[in-house]
Parts: sequence; C-alpha cells; structure tokens
Amino acid sequence: MNATVAVILALAVGTYAFRLVGPVLHGRVTVPPRVQELASAGAVVLLVALLATGALTESGGFAGWARPAGVLAGAALAWRRAPFAVVVLAAAVTTAVLRLAGVS
Amino acid sequence: MRSVQRTIGSAADRSLVRDSSLVWLASGVVGVSFGAVSVAGGLPVWVPVLMSLVVYAGSAQFSAVGVLLAGGGPLAAVATGLLLNTRTAAFGLAVAETLGTGRASRFLGAHLVTDETVAFALAQPDPVRRRRAFWISGLGLFAVWNAGVLAGALAGSALGDTARYGLDAAFPAVLVALVLPALRADARVRRCALLGAALALAVTPAVPAGVPVLLALAGLFLHRRPAAAPGAAA
Repeated sequence: MNATVAVILALAVGTYAFRLVGPVLHGRVTVPPRVQELASAGAVVLLVALLATGALTESGGFAGWARPAGVLAGAALAWRRAPFAVVVLAAAVTTAVLRLAGVS
Repeated sequence: MRSVQRTIGSAADRSLVRDSSLVWLASGVVGVSFGAVSVAGGLPVWVPVLMSLVVYAGSAQFSAVGVLLAGGGPLAAVATGLLLNTRTAAFGLAVAETLGTGRASRFLGAHLVTDETVAFALAQPDPVRRRRAFWISGLGLFAVWNAGVLAGALAGSALGDTARYGLDAAFPAVLVALVLPALRADARVRRCALLGAALALAVTPAVPAGVPVLLALAGLFLHRRPAAAPGAAA
C-alpha cells in the first residue's frame, strides 16, 4: 500500500512540476516572440498528434475500424463548420452503431 | 451600460458552458470507467479517487493503474505516467499568457492544464474569451472527472464495457473540432502538424506510450520564419 501512495505522489508532483513550468516562467523571463510562436504552434502539433494516434491506435497497434470511422464522421462535420455538439455526438454515435453492427 | 455588458458577457459564458458540457459529459463517463476498472482490478476505492484529484491526467492515470495491475511495479508505473505527462509542460507554456501573472491563478490554473482545456482555450478568438474558456472548461472538467471517478469506484463495473458508447471516438473528434480553426488559418502550423502526426503514427508500434506524441514536436522543424520561408525552402 505504501508503494501505491508513493506512485500516486510521485506522479502528482512530477505532473504538477511539468504543468507549472510555463506559468512560472511567464513574466519572469522575457520569452522571445519567436519562442512564443513556437510554443503555440507546438501545442497545435501535439494536439494533432494526439488526435491522430488516439483515432488510429490502441496499445501500440491498430485501433480497429469503428473508432477512426467515428472520428472521420466528426471531422467531416467539423470541416463543414457544424456545431461542436453535433461533431462530438456524431463521432460517438457512428462508432457505437458500427460496434453494435459487429464492426470492431 | 453595465447591465448590457453583463448580458453580453453571460451569453458568451453560456456558449462556452454549452460547448464544454459535452466534453464534461464524455470525460465524466470515462472517469466512471477509470474508477470502475481500478476497483475491478483489485485496488481500494481511495486509490483511483486520490490519484484523480492530485494527478488529474486521464491517460497517465489509466496507464499507471494498468502497469500497477499488470504487476509492472511502482517505478514503471511512475515512469509511464510521467512520460505521458511531459506534454503538459508544452501546454503550460502555451497557456501561460492566458493564466497571467497572479499567484493564485498560476498555481491553481497549472493543475487544470489538460489536453481538452488547453485546446478549448486556444480555440477562442481573443484573450478575454480565452481566459474565460480556460477557467470554465478547466474547473468544470476537474469537478466532473473527479465525481465520475468516485462514482465509478463506488459502483464497480455496473456500467459495463464503455467502448460500447463510442466515447473513444468522441475525444479525437473533440480535438479535431478544436484545432481545425488554427489549421485552417496557418499553413505553416498545418505543415508542422501533418509531419508531426505522421511521425507519431510511424513510431507508435515501436516505442513506449507517450513518446510518439513528443516526437511529433520534430514537426516544428518545418516552422520557419515567414520572411525566411521562400529562401529556406529552396
């Protein structure tokens, strides 16, 4: 049990330290505009990589067809500037219906 | 005058709450499944509950508990979780401006930095709305996530297999909707993001979880200064 507490605390402290880097540095050191530009571009790059790996992979392998099909349905609606709620629901419902139909 | 401003402000807040609430709902159900999976695997109720409060990072929590339950040992559990969370440092840098310089705002706000909340904040057109979006999404998500985990830990596996609800497709779709405006507006960011995603997908089968997304940052090599772009590309 003590090992579990240690795991939780180590994860919590480490994660909070990562999260705090940006907010603590802000206003203390003058960040060059070029670095700021790269930081916001980097956030978009990370998010796109997250959505790509999240849509297509699961534990290092292919996630199956149902999930990427749902994400694609949501993405198509987002491209047509559909409301946020429609995008999210369409993705989940598409995947759920495909799974119900036996597509993994 | 003041009442007019307040009406406009609250209407804007309502639309932020409306857009956030679906992410909250989906996260709440994922939280329920995290609580249920942890307890079903043999961990006491307080483990997922405490972890969600103090770590507050879905993917890292799932992977840490997964490693623990698979008998991978505490060191491997911490290493996996921290590796997944290194990206929050980049996200913290991206929202530092939004959090401002107030002590409470920075120290509380840092804990609320998650993929969804950062994406939601950065998707807003102006700094004031970005700040409102960060706090509305962040505080709501924290509350719903932790309530969900507690409910799941107490209820056990009553919800069944949550893959049934297609929520695993909802999260990538949320991110698509949130980053699309930035991708449309800026061709340089688009190039970087495409290269990064391709790199991440290519290495996913070969490297530990968390590494692919970090490698995606190599896509930033395509991010050249506007003036230098034509010459540098040649």
